[in-house]
Amino acid sequence: MSTKGNPFIITHIIFCLNLVSRVDGGSRKRKQDFPQVQKPEDRQDSDVNSSSPVITAFKTFQLELDTRHDKYERLVKLSRDITIESKRTIFLLHRVTSPSVPSAEEVLAESDAKLDGVRQKIKQIAEELQGEDLYQFHKAFTPGIQEYVEAVSFQHFIKHRTLISLEDVNTRLDPSAEPQEREVLAFQVTPIDYLLGVADLTGELMRMCIGSVGNGDIDTPFQLSQFLQQIHDGFSYIGNTGPYEVSKKLHTLRQSLAKVEDACYTLRVRGSEIPKHMLADVFAGRAMPMDPDEGVA
Amino acid sequence: MSVTEMFSNIQVFLCADQDIREDIRKVVQGLEQTAREILTVLQSVHQPSGFKEIPSKCFRARELFCLVRSQIGDLKTKFPVEQYYRFHEHWRFVLQRVTFLAAFVVYLESETLVTREEVAEILGIEVEREKGFHLDVEDYLAGVLIMASELSRLAVNSVTAGDYSRPLRISNFINELDSGFRLLNLKNDPLRKRYDGLKYDVKKIEEVVYDLSIRGLTKVPEADKDK
Repeated sequence: MSTKGNPFIITHIIFCLNLVSRVDGGSRKRKQDFPQVQKPEDRQDSDVNSSSPVITAFKTFQLELDTRHDKYERLVKLSRDITIESKRTIFLLHRVTSPSVPSAEEVLAESDAKLDGVRQKIKQIAEELQGEDLYQFHKAFTPGIQEYVEAVSFQHFIKHRTLISLEDVNTRLDPSAEPQEREVLAFQVTPIDYLLGVADLTGELMRMCIGSVGNGDIDTPFQLSQFLQQIHDGFSYIGNTGPYEVSKKLHTLRQSLAKVEDACYTLRVRGSEIPKHMLADVFAGRAMPMDPDEGVA
Repeated sequence: MSVTEMFSNIQVFLCADQDIREDIRKVVQGLEQTAREILTVLQSVHQPSGFKEIPSKCFRARELFCLVRSQIGDLKTKFPVEQYYRFHEHWRFVLQRVTFLAAFVVYLESETLVTREEVAEILGIEVEREKGFHLDVEDYLAGVLIMASELSRLAVNSVTAGDYSRPLRISNFINELDSGFRLLNLKNDPLRKRYDGLKYDVKKIEEVVYDLSIRGLTKVPEADKDK
């Protein structure tokens, strides 16, 4: 040791160096003063054989993890594309009752084309997941799938005034044109993703209700109200049996239902009093308390 | 199908799912208890008197791993094998813990890093997902990192117990482990956070080695210096 001699000096130096290391965490600094103690970098290079069993094993882990992460990212991208296109389909479908649109059939045909595009992406997800455990990557694609369920169930309601079943969602995943040629994909929408998509659907139905009143349609709101009540009752029945995400959506669902029920109430009580073209204004002002003198003959 | 029927069907599915998870939880509780027992056996190596008894403790731990194997065997029966990741979160924590304990036992016995295959054998499970209930690579790595922390503690306590050569060997081992982990491209997930702790273990062990070297309490082996 180069600092032979007074042991008190040595102890003092070490004590000070310890303080320094605690302040800046730089254990390398003091090691430079004592050449016979190896620097961490040197020790690693000299002691670590790059083809040691440990390093070889970690190289395989690197490959396995990289492959897994890459697949996850591809699925995230597909999910995002699905979300965007599904949302656009929903916006399009809202226009089906708008007076500015020539015909509902055209809107529905265009929505079919859009949803087929989405199904192409879902098919790509199915291909990525072939041979895999789909739950390992579920978080990557669940947002897109939920949005798709929302879009396809919205379209189904507009056409048939009923709730599309989970089974129908899954048998129609294949984008082939002819029903006979459709194959059932190995990839299936899970009941939970279906539930979450339907929960989001209720928000769109609420918008549709308010929108249809503004257009002077006084039948649709009542149909929607009844439909939403059934869906709400279904979710209440499930209660907390489902995962936390489902329970969370129940809260928003109740708010949507309340708006629709209030709209029906207003139409029933006051609908005959108000000119149709003013109905939209009434509903826009729904958030404010009603003046009791308003509308009295 | 009416709305009510649809939700009724889904409720059946959800109830069945809940039942499975309840079954899994019960088995996992048993596994966690066994893991605690193994840990209690192995923890005592940190005490000065414990050092001499390392072989017998490893033997006792291995006996307890028999129980782990049978409990995991029970766990496998609680759900369809191809839905491993659907329920993975329930046993992820305890699986990492028993991986750590297996790695620790193997280190105490042979001062080497247990391989993923060896851990799988000790636990009675597979390495590849396709073959059945398996050890996910991230759980294996998490278990190894938990062991690294345990070894940094062991380095400190070795010195206290008077064993001045063990910390050097631990230091070489941990540094190689660190080099291995540096090869990985980790995402910002819990494994990454756990790996971030490794550098503190490395540093702690370096300080122990430094404290010993500077006092001449341990010779740096000539062979290593020349490499």
